[in-house]
Amino acid sequence: MRSPSVFTVYRWELRKLRAQKRTYLGIGAAILVPMAFTIAVALRPGEPRDVPFGRYIHQTGLSIPLVMLLFGSIWFFPLITALVAGDIVANEDQNGTLKTILTRSVDRTQVFFGKVLAAFTYAFIAVVISSGFALVAGLIVSGYNPLTSLSGQLVSANEGLSLVGASVAVYMIPILAIASIALMLSTVTRNSAAAVVGTLMFSLILQLVVIIPGLGGLQPYLLSTQFNSWQGLLRTPIDWDPIIRAAWVSSAYAIPALLIALVVFLRRDVTGG
Amino acid sequence: MASSPPVEVHGLTKQYGDITAVDGVDLTVEAGDVFGYLGPNGAGKTTSMRMMLGLIRPTAGEVKLFGKDPQESIGALAGVAGFVEAPRFYPYLDAKTNLELLAALDGDGAKGLIPEVLDIVELTDRAKDKVGGYSHGMRQRLGIAASLLRKPRLLMLDEPATGLDPAGMRDMRLLIKRLASEGITVLLSSHLLAEVEDVCDRVAIIRKGKIAYQGQLSQLRKEAGLSYSLRTTDDTAARKVLDSFSAITDVAATDDGTLRFHPADESAVAQLSGQLTAAGAMIIELAPRSATLEELFFELTEGES
Repeated sequence: MRSPSVFTVYRWELRKLRAQKRTYLGIGAAILVPMAFTIAVALRPGEPRDVPFGRYIHQTGLSIPLVMLLFGSIWFFPLITALVAGDIVANEDQNGTLKTILTRSVDRTQVFFGKVLAAFTYAFIAVVISSGFALVAGLIVSGYNPLTSLSGQLVSANEGLSLVGASVAVYMIPILAIASIALMLSTVTRNSAAAVVGTLMFSLILQLVVIIPGLGGLQPYLLSTQFNSWQGLLRTPIDWDPIIRAAWVSSAYAIPALLIALVVFLRRDVTGG
Repeated sequence: MASSPPVEVHGLTKQYGDITAVDGVDLTVEAGDVFGYLGPNGAGKTTSMRMMLGLIRPTAGEVKLFGKDPQESIGALAGVAGFVEAPRFYPYLDAKTNLELLAALDGDGAKGLIPEVLDIVELTDRAKDKVGGYSHGMRQRLGIAASLLRKPRLLMLDEPATGLDPAGMRDMRLLIKRLASEGITVLLSSHLLAEVEDVCDRVAIIRKGKIAYQGQLSQLRKEAGLSYSLRTTDDTAARKVLDSFSAITDVAATDDGTLRFHPADESAVAQLSGQLTAAGAMIIELAPRSATLEELFFELTEGES
């Protein structure tokens, strides 16, 4: 008999996600919000000129997913990510099923990393679907036209499309850190609502920290700042510094969060259920 | 480690702050045993079983399942299955999918057993229904099915008949007997004595986290000694005689007025009959009776229920 692996747990975690309503709630929101935004763009003559690419939303559909990435970083994408990552361990506590799976032939480390991978996969899919719908809706409303980079240069529509894809990929770096924090809260609190709300609060508080006098210097090291790192791709030449910083700053949030979660998960007494 | 017993527990202790839930439990379940782990609610049965399955860490002591420590490696659970408290499943998945998930977590091969184990617990017809809609009894049966997927050599069942109706309890007993007859060692916890009396050959009785008795059920009955029941024409006079007789102990009156007692020996009974007559309490019934397990249980766990 072959022993099960992390991949076995991962596959079944995805299967469980497919059977849960909250998964569809998150994906549904990931689709509806960019659609609503795009409809508003189509119906209103003005544009949000104070955000990058805001002024181009009527010129090219490529700008719509980029503006969504900016707006979404405040609470929308963290919420969608936390909806599943904050629930993925706490849900087992709620259903009393941790004892059921931990008395089979998989050890706790395998179960934990299977859940981490599933939470990451969900976050990735949600952001990609959301950006995909924003892109398609944007192209319908504003057309497939060249995009003006942050350096003021016009890039072709095809190159702009590649840059949008790359931007979404870079955006995943802080998203996965948010997922890690949600997973830690899910493991530590054993309460889904507490983990989801806690992650959202954490995300919002980081946005506010920089307003406090004297703490402005922290900005480059805040997780919230890393949500803007993809903008480095849209400069000419590409500015890799914010992307590299996003990688290590996000890791500095994600790795300790995952380690804390792992240690708690490995050592905890499974008393419920 | 083929010669290691299925369960070997030494000095098992679990403390929660000032409360000692399990206090130095020593327990051995030999291969082929149908072992009853008895105790009133809150005595520490479930906590000790959780430690045996590696779900909670002992404060002190050790558990060996077939010679391996479940705290050290999940491999110690090879050949071991069961559940603590009520078996739990994913309510949003159907029974078959729940079993497929658990079979996947057991490793290749287990999936092929699903139709068979569903058949054993008579849930084949409901296999496609979501477990969220299952009754308590159906979930208990699904718990057994999930355990059988692991082809266990040791089955650990915590209060499997709790919450079942009389027919369900009987079916569960029959199922456990059948599994035991197939050579599976069973550790069965219960606060229901009838369940254990009928199924188990060896028992341990836990009281306030400590083992109060461990051994053969037959030996337990023998150790408890023989009791007598007495009915007379004058219960008050009879009670006075019994209370004043040093060779008679544990005098108690049942609801129907029958008196029960333990005589030191048969000659004490003979002397008693004479004294009762002298006291004007004419004997209607004076009969030896075997103590029921329930009485022994209450004796050993006195003040606990």
